[in-house]
Amino acid sequence: MTHEEIVQAVKDIIHTIAPDEEIGGLNLTDPLRDQIELDSMDFLDIVMELRKRYGVQVPEDDYKELATLQGCADYLAPHLADHELVTNA
Amino acid sequence: MSRSTHYFTGSRDGKRPSSGDALDKAKDHYDVVVVGSGLAGLTAANILGRAGHSVCVLEQHYNFGGMATWFKRRGGHVFDISLHGFPIGMKKTCRKYWGTSISDRIVQLEGVRFDNPQFQFNTTFTREDFTHKLVDVFGCASRTVEAFYETLRAMNYYDDDGRTTAELFEEFFPGRNDVHRLLMEPISYANGSTLEDPAITYGIVFSNFMSKGVYTFTGGTDLLIREMRAILARNGVDVFGRSQVDEITVEHGRVRGVRVGTREIRAETVVSNAGLKATIERLVAPDHFDDAWLDAAKQTKLNCSSTQVYMGLGPGEDLPWIADLFFTSTRPEFDSASLADLHGQSRTFSFYYPKVRPGTGRHTVVSSMNANWSDWADLSESDYAAAKARLEEDTLKALEVHVPDIRSKVTHLESSTPRSFAFYTQHTGGASFGTKFEGLRYSMELPQQIEGLYHSGSVGIIMSGWLGAANYGAITANKVDARIASLAADAAPSS
Ligand SMILES: Cc1cc2nc3c(=O)[nH]c(=O)nc-3n(C[C@H](O)[C@H](O)[C@H](O)COP(=O)(O)OP(=O)(O)OC[C@H]3O[C@@H](n4cnc5c(N)ncnc54)[C@H](O)[C@@H]3O)c2cc1C
Repeated sequence: MTHEEIVQAVKDIIHTIAPDEEIGGLNLTDPLRDQIELDSMDFLDIVMELRKRYGVQVPEDDYKELATLQGCADYLAPHLADHELVTNA
Repeated sequence: MSRSTHYFTGSRDGKRPSSGDALDKAKDHYDVVVVGSGLAGLTAANILGRAGHSVCVLEQHYNFGGMATWFKRRGGHVFDISLHGFPIGMKKTCRKYWGTSISDRIVQLEGVRFDNPQFQFNTTFTREDFTHKLVDVFGCASRTVEAFYETLRAMNYYDDDGRTTAELFEEFFPGRNDVHRLLMEPISYANGSTLEDPAITYGIVFSNFMSKGVYTFTGGTDLLIREMRAILARNGVDVFGRSQVDEITVEHGRVRGVRVGTREIRAETVVSNAGLKATIERLVAPDHFDDAWLDAAKQTKLNCSSTQVYMGLGPGEDLPWIADLFFTSTRPEFDSASLADLHGQSRTFSFYYPKVRPGTGRHTVVSSMNANWSDWADLSESDYAAAKARLEEDTLKALEVHVPDIRSKVTHLESSTPRSFAFYTQHTGGASFGTKFEGLRYSMELPQQIEGLYHSGSVGIIMSGWLGAANYGAITANKVDARIASLAADAAPSS
């Protein structure tokens, strides 16, 4: 996946976890929690969904890397290079 | 194999002999065995089943839900045990981990009321209304109130500064026993904590709980658990009642499975939703733990237990509108520990109007008090019966003040005590709300002691109640899912 696709992948996951939140306008650099209502439980769900969809393991110590969309893309890029984007069913 | 003479736990009345083998249909191996069907156990099981793992839940009682339960009595009475109210967060938690068929039934309570010698009023139980009460009724400076909220919001699990809740209150509202009562009483009832517990537990719970109202589940606990079971079945989770786990088996520092009577069911991962103390003191043989860890973990203290009085009104009987949830006390001053006094002066009433179970037209009232195991544990049978009779009488008297003809409306009266809660859940000390704060650490460290063994359930004050338990189930499910994925990765041939 490219950086853009990873951002899309994370947005897709956020959409399934927080369907009421408007994710179209999310920017890359502000913390996700400042842009939409996401709590620490939601971050766990994002991590679990990443594992399910892409087989990527994010250790607890690295959760902080996922704070922004840019952070997600940077952190996940090496893990997801060989994966295809999975679209929401 | 017939076991018709064997009476399973949860049958103190001896009326329900277990016939046949409850585990007849159980497989010999699962990815995950969950011990206990409380909201933490069920939620973990559902998430893991949905993720495609093979999961089984073993519950010693014939009913499911743990403390999230109900009972029926002749005459069409249905009583809920722990459906007094929960924070709004439960709606989102249920939507994510169970789906909208459950979350759509979660609605806000319309009336919460306080009545004690220091104040009497209704509240919406929202941040705005608490501010209004503190500023306009109690005369606190709005600056102070805002600073108090801000301090609470900033608190997080990792920076416990050792302050007690009493010290926190004294800092912001010195000498204001009435303010302390408003801020503490609902939380003491919700999780058994007292003014002596760490301020951090108060801060976390307050921010979740006393901010956007109190919520309930339309249809009652029976409907909730029935729906959860249907969802579990769709997600392929095997659920067995009347299955007492006697031991969690361990081999070479790793969990191997569970033993129910003479049968062992093997599993890579075991999630214990039994109480933390029962898990480490009864279910796992002590030699599997590090001695120092076990000794320290055993020091964990428990939250209080409860007493309840259940009052069922006859068909066609009406109740005046008072509130959904009513906090009452005749004690002149507040002191959180005294909420658990034997035959004390403080109790809550939950009024279940017909809207709770639409279509039934029935009213019930459940009164709850906090209670200490030690006051009830050693009573002789006759003293126990007398103490229960007094509890019922005191409760009716307290209710008569608000509903003068209540005695003529009630056609079923019954009570439960710490002994009942211990009996039905096997929780040490009949603990209604798990352990004190320190227990959270031992709960989370369990897998470092025994690979593949996790604890999930009311613990540490902050992880209790319906919401805390369900969320802890989700947290544990995430850890278990990670473990299963890494076991699979280790087993896969390297490319
Ligand atoms: C009187 C009362 C009122 C309450 N009111 C509210 C309220 O209004 N709102 C709220 O949010 N919370 C309330 N609570 C708290 C809330 O009910 C609990 O915190 C929550 O339901 C606990 O869930 P849990 O997952 O920790 O497990 P529990 O509900 O404690 O369940 C544990 C389960 O494990 C089973 N088990 C134990 N050992 C074994 C074994 N060896 N083998 C097989 N099964 C085993 C038990 O039988 C039980 O079913 C109340 C509690 C009480 C007692």
